[in-house]
Amino acid sequence: MKLNELTAHELLDLIKTKKETAASIFSAVKRAIDALDKKINAYAHISEKPIESTDSSKENPIPIAIKDNICIKDYLTTCSSHILEGFKPPYNATVVNKLLDSGALITGHANMDEFAFGSSTETSFFGPTRNPWNLECVPGGSSGGSAAAVAANEAIWALGSDTGGSIRQPASFCGVVGLKPTYGRVSRYGLIAFASSLDQIGPLTKDVEDSALLLNLISGHDEMDSTSANLSVPDYAKALTGDIRNLKIGIPKEYFIEGIDPEVKTNIMEAIEVLKKKGAQFKEISLPHTEYAVATYYILATAEASSNLARFDGVEYGLRCHPKEKRRTPIIDMYEETRRQGFGQEAKRRIMLGTYSLSSGYYDAYYLRAQKVRTLIKNDFDEAFKEFDAILTPTSPTTAFKIGEKASDPLSMYLSDIYTISANLAGIPALSLPCGFSKDGLPIGLQVMAKPFDEEMIFRVAHTYEQNTDWHKKKVTL
Amino acid sequence: MISKKDVQYISHLSRIYTDDHEAEALAKNLEGILTYIEKLKKLDIKNVKPTSHVLPLKNVFRDDILKESLGQKNATKIAVKSEKGSFKVPQVIE
Repeated sequence: MKLNELTAHELLDLIKTKKETAASIFSAVKRAIDALDKKINAYAHISEKPIESTDSSKENPIPIAIKDNICIKDYLTTCSSHILEGFKPPYNATVVNKLLDSGALITGHANMDEFAFGSSTETSFFGPTRNPWNLECVPGGSSGGSAAAVAANEAIWALGSDTGGSIRQPASFCGVVGLKPTYGRVSRYGLIAFASSLDQIGPLTKDVEDSALLLNLISGHDEMDSTSANLSVPDYAKALTGDIRNLKIGIPKEYFIEGIDPEVKTNIMEAIEVLKKKGAQFKEISLPHTEYAVATYYILATAEASSNLARFDGVEYGLRCHPKEKRRTPIIDMYEETRRQGFGQEAKRRIMLGTYSLSSGYYDAYYLRAQKVRTLIKNDFDEAFKEFDAILTPTSPTTAFKIGEKASDPLSMYLSDIYTISANLAGIPALSLPCGFSKDGLPIGLQVMAKPFDEEMIFRVAHTYEQNTDWHKKKVTL
Repeated sequence: MISKKDVQYISHLSRIYTDDHEAEALAKNLEGILTYIEKLKKLDIKNVKPTSHVLPLKNVFRDDILKESLGQKNATKIAVKSEKGSFKVPQVIE
């Protein structure tokens, strides 16, 4: 097997025993990028040399792809949007500093849906990313570049961000492991904000052990992010015990109704049998407000986005445009033309939807109502976790869809996040891992959720499943 | 019902210029999404408190210690246009 096809923990063993060097590992990854990325388009910006720190601990010299909305100092960071053309941040995101301190070798910025607005990575200004398992299909989104890079071995591991499923759904579509940590577990400083009460950075990896190792590197309190939790961080690698005897796992009945692909359902049922054999106890539960999650999300997330994206106005950095003819005043014309040319269709749609629901006369009917329904959705999970250690669901109702299939129908695109959005609204951690393939050869994802700050429980369940199946060992042939 | 005129009003609030053709397409898109969102009206939320944030955080402070910051030079290094260490913008007052 080639070096770039190995996991980070396998590579770290080779480095420790001096069988391989960081340089040869980076070269193997770079060769894969050069050979494949014209086809896959997993990267928005590829770095010819590793981005690294000269005074790092050198403990984890693993090539990593970083989503294009996480700031890297003096390196193009563009949210895959025209409006951030040429933008090189003057500082690093906290997660980037932590990674560089640990010796990470950054390969570049992974492609994404523009400003993370999407579920297919089709809205990128740099063109769509393709699914390594089938180039006609989307990789999911919005962290589709991160997921595809890991699946195609164009990175050993990657960082993504998840506001409504943007790590987990592409992980599911690309057959990799993706974790959205608890809101507050990982600092958001330097993550270009989409919806500040929902966004969270997390790892995309080839297996569960790597997910735990990467979470170890990026977690913890940061005074630069006032919403990061001031709690101690456990060693997540210690959670991989393989012991799930007598754990109580809930299966929410609302996740198995109309719209779910029968192949997805069959695979989830088989996964439950695997975990039962290892001693876990399963029971059907109800999360009664599930059907309201997508509507709630599209009010709250777009409202927050309309506010967060107000800063892209042509004044300070990025793109600046002027209309040919005078419309209002020179400054207003500059704002309106810059944002007209700088944002793609989906970004405009979401900014306007958010502006509408926050505008005078509509605030109570939309925004305030959605905040109250968010409470009901969160309460459903609080109740469930009084009795259960974890909740198991599919990650997405279907496998990867075709490029262009949902591009003209925003609502059907939004509904592909129906199983992932609730975790963001409730702030709980959730992970997707491979649990099989459709007859067309496309990966299927299993989602494990736990109560806030109990990522250890998720790792324990997911790792046990993984150790008793072979799905994570199946490799893409390109 | 969301009209083309509504869209043009929101588009100005959002500081995104839209022409007639774009406004028409957006009106149709937004109408579809808003119709879907109507389902929230089925729920009784009279006695429910809103959640703006999931963590029980209040008044997060840090010590008031002077630290190194970005500085004018670094901040304006990324400017679209700058002059004498300031961001330069089009005429604001007519």
